[in-house]
Amino acid sequence: MALLQRVAETGRTPVGFVLNGQALTALAGDTVLTAVLTHTAQLRHSEFSGEPRAGFCMMGACQDCWITTESGQRLRACGTFIEEGMRLVTGEEGHE
Amino acid sequence: MTAALQPVIVGAGPAGVRAAQTLVAHGVRPVVIDEAPRWGGQIYRQPPPGFTRSKRTLYGFEAGRAEALHSAMTNILDRVDYRPETLVWSAEGGRLDVLSHGRMGTLPYGQLIVATGATDRVLPFPGWTLPGVYTLGAAQVALKYQGCAIGARVVIAGTGPLLYLVAYQYAKAGARVVAVLDTASFKDKALAAPAMLRQPAVFAKGVYYLGWLRAHGVPVHQGVRLVRATGGAQVTAMRWRAGAAEHEVACDAVAFGYALRSETQLADLLGCRFSYNALQRAALPERDGAGRSSVPGVYLAGDGAGIMGADAAEWAGERAALALLADAGKAVDAARAAELEAKLARTAAFRVGLERAFPFPQDWAASAPDELVICRCEEITAGQLRQCVQDTGAREMNRLKALTRVGMGRCQGRTCGVAAAEILAHACAAAPDAVGRLRGQAPIKPLPFAAMARANGEAA
Repeated sequence: MALLQRVAETGRTPVGFVLNGQALTALAGDTVLTAVLTHTAQLRHSEFSGEPRAGFCMMGACQDCWITTESGQRLRACGTFIEEGMRLVTGEEGHE
Repeated sequence: MTAALQPVIVGAGPAGVRAAQTLVAHGVRPVVIDEAPRWGGQIYRQPPPGFTRSKRTLYGFEAGRAEALHSAMTNILDRVDYRPETLVWSAEGGRLDVLSHGRMGTLPYGQLIVATGATDRVLPFPGWTLPGVYTLGAAQVALKYQGCAIGARVVIAGTGPLLYLVAYQYAKAGARVVAVLDTASFKDKALAAPAMLRQPAVFAKGVYYLGWLRAHGVPVHQGVRLVRATGGAQVTAMRWRAGAAEHEVACDAVAFGYALRSETQLADLLGCRFSYNALQRAALPERDGAGRSSVPGVYLAGDGAGIMGADAAEWAGERAALALLADAGKAVDAARAAELEAKLARTAAFRVGLERAFPFPQDWAASAPDELVICRCEEITAGQLRQCVQDTGAREMNRLKALTRVGMGRCQGRTCGVAAAEILAHACAAAPDAVGRLRGQAPIKPLPFAAMARANGEAA
C-alpha cells in the first residue's frame, strides 16, 4: 500500500519509471522517495533485521532512505529527483 | 584589506542568506554552499520548479518572511558564487572538502560562516523504524516540497512548537490528523506563558493553532508519553499513556520529534570549542554575541550553533557577517550590530519560556525498554547500550560508540546521538552533561563509492 498521499500539485508532467520490474508513473519534480512511496510502502530492507524501511527525516540527515537501481547504484531517495526511465528495486526481505 | 577576504558561507537558510546579503552590501563576494537545490533552508524550503502553490499556502503566517528571504537571495545572485547541491564533508586548515553532482573537490576559504541549521531532536519509541513513521520535519518537507501528506490518517507526536504547526498545516491541507500527542502538559504551557509573552506574536500563533485544531475536532492530548507504534509492512496504530491508562489510535503514519537539535559536526571538525548548554541539553560550539567561534576566522550563525529559531537566525547571520567584515578591517554600522545583538538577547530570553512550555521529557531514558532500537542505522538497542555500560564501565559517548557502534552508522549519530546520550547518562547515573558528546568525524555524510573511485582515479 502507498505511504504518501498526494494532496496538492497534481497537475505536473507525468514521468515513467520502473520499480521492481513494474512500469509506474510519477510526476516531474517528485523525489525518488515520493515517486516510490506514492506506490508502495518501502524503499529498501534493513541489512540487519531485514525489515522494510521508508526513510525518516526527508532532509538528508538520517541517511535512512537509500534505494538501489537495477544496476546496483545506491541513491539517497529524498535528495534525488525521479527521471524518466529510472529502474529501481526495493530488494527482497532480508536483502538490500 | 579586501584582498584578504575570501569568505565562504555554508548553508543557504535564513542565517546563510542574510550573511551573504550583508557581505555583498559591503562589496564582498562570498561563496555560498548549500546542500539543497534552491535557497531557503528547511523552514523556507522552496518547492522544485513547476510547483504552483502560493507562498501564502506554503508558508502560512510566515509567507512574508519566506518571500523576503527568497528575494534577498534572488537579488544578490549575480554578486555571490552560489553553489547549490554541494555537500561539505570535511574541513581543516582553511580548506573545505566538498561533493557536488557526484564529483569531489576542495574549496579554500579565508573566513567561514557556518550556518548549518538543525534537524529534529529524536527520542525513539518501539516501532519508530516502521515505514510511515517520520520526523515532524519530514512531514513538513513532504507537504511543502512534494505536495504530499505522509499518510491518510496521521498522528502528530512528541513536543515542541512544531507539533501544533505541523498538525495545523496537515489538517489545513486536507489530511486527517487522528491525534496530536504532546508530552508537555497544559500546566507546562501555563507556567511558561509569562516568558513566552516576550514574543507575543509567536505566542499568539501557538494559541491560534491549538484553538484551530480543537475547533476542527482534531483530538489533542497533552501530558502523555508515547508507548509504541505497531504494524508490519507499515505502521497501523500508535499507543500512548496518559497517567496510568493506555490508549491506542489506528493510523497509517506518525510524525514525531522533540524540538530541534543543532547540526554541529562541521563546527566540530573545524576545531571550535564546545560547551554544554543546559537549556538545550546539548554541547554546542561556543560563540560570542557577534557569532565569533573560538577559532579565528570561523563564525557561527543560526540554529546550527544553538536553537534560536528562524527570525533569530536571520539576525545572527547578518551579525556574524558584520563581525567578519569588522575583523577584516572593514567599516561596519556599529549601531546596527548592537541592535542585532539586542534582538538576539531578547530571543534567548524567549527560548527559556519555550523550553518550559515544551520541556524535554527527562524520564524518557528510564522508561525506554531494553528492546528499543536506539540506532536505526545499525539497529543497536537500549539493552545493548545498558549491557555495555554494565560490562565495561563505559561512561563516555565516544567510548560507548567504539564499543557498540552506536552513532557510527551512516547518519553519524545525527538521529541517535541525543537518545544514546540519555540512555548512557541514565545507565551510569550521571548528569547528561557528564557523558561527553559524539565527536564529529569526516566524512560527516556518506560519500558515494562512485565519487570516491573517480577522485582516486584522478589522483593516480
